[in-house]
Amino acid sequence: MTTLLIDVFLLLLLVITAIGAVAVRSLLAATLLLAIYSLLMALVWVSLQAVDVAFTEAAVGGGISTVLLIATLVFIGRREAPAPLIHWPSAAAVVITGAVLIYGTLDMPRFGDPQAPPHQHVAPHYIAHAMEETRVPNFVTAVLASYRGYDTLFETAVIYTAGLGLILLLRGARARRRERRR
Amino acid sequence: MMFTAAGAAVLIAILLFLMRALLGPTAFDRILAVNAIGTKTVVFVALLGFMAGRPDFLDIALLYALINFIATLAVLKFVEYRHLD
Repeated sequence: MTTLLIDVFLLLLLVITAIGAVAVRSLLAATLLLAIYSLLMALVWVSLQAVDVAFTEAAVGGGISTVLLIATLVFIGRREAPAPLIHWPSAAAVVITGAVLIYGTLDMPRFGDPQAPPHQHVAPHYIAHAMEETRVPNFVTAVLASYRGYDTLFETAVIYTAGLGLILLLRGARARRRERRR
Repeated sequence: MMFTAAGAAVLIAILLFLMRALLGPTAFDRILAVNAIGTKTVVFVALLGFMAGRPDFLDIALLYALINFIATLAVLKFVEYRHLD
């Protein structure tokens, strides 16, 4: 009961924050509201006992994204160009997509149902044999680092390549700016 | 019971800070609101951990405190100097 109340309250705060981030004119304020959104979302994840997801949400959404958005504001300025609050074609697209997604969730198994297909496939094997097969005491870690080892390895390679590309691009931009100043 | 009361107090505090972040009026009000919500998040994660009987959530609460600091630093630097490097 308490958990349900907490979840509903947090989700309510999330909706208020999201509407505020869209409605507010100052881009700095919108960035700060998005940081708040991430912190609240992380709380929702913790409340759902998905601590590792909450970790990622807080690090990426609350930390890195805020810094990246602020870095963007350095280039584009702090004020949004005046525009009507609701852009009707986009609003219609969002409402229709949302309705389709909600319709899709109607077919999903009940929340926390132990008979749901994801809990019947490979999960029992991991739970029963992860320790003897991988020697990793935590099975989320065992799945990520051992059973899905290649997946994680190449994910890391992708992120490394993206980071490398970004550094090279930004370096070039900075050198050009310095050149222009001279 | 004690944890529930504390949790309710923290959630109401978050609501009040959210109002401050939405209403402004200056950038500093909003930055302070974000920072305060970050602090309340740390407290609430710790509280949820003890409510669920998993006190190891405390480590995550500590991580949040660190992340909160980085974002606030970047925002303040931008407001003060208009660039990050």
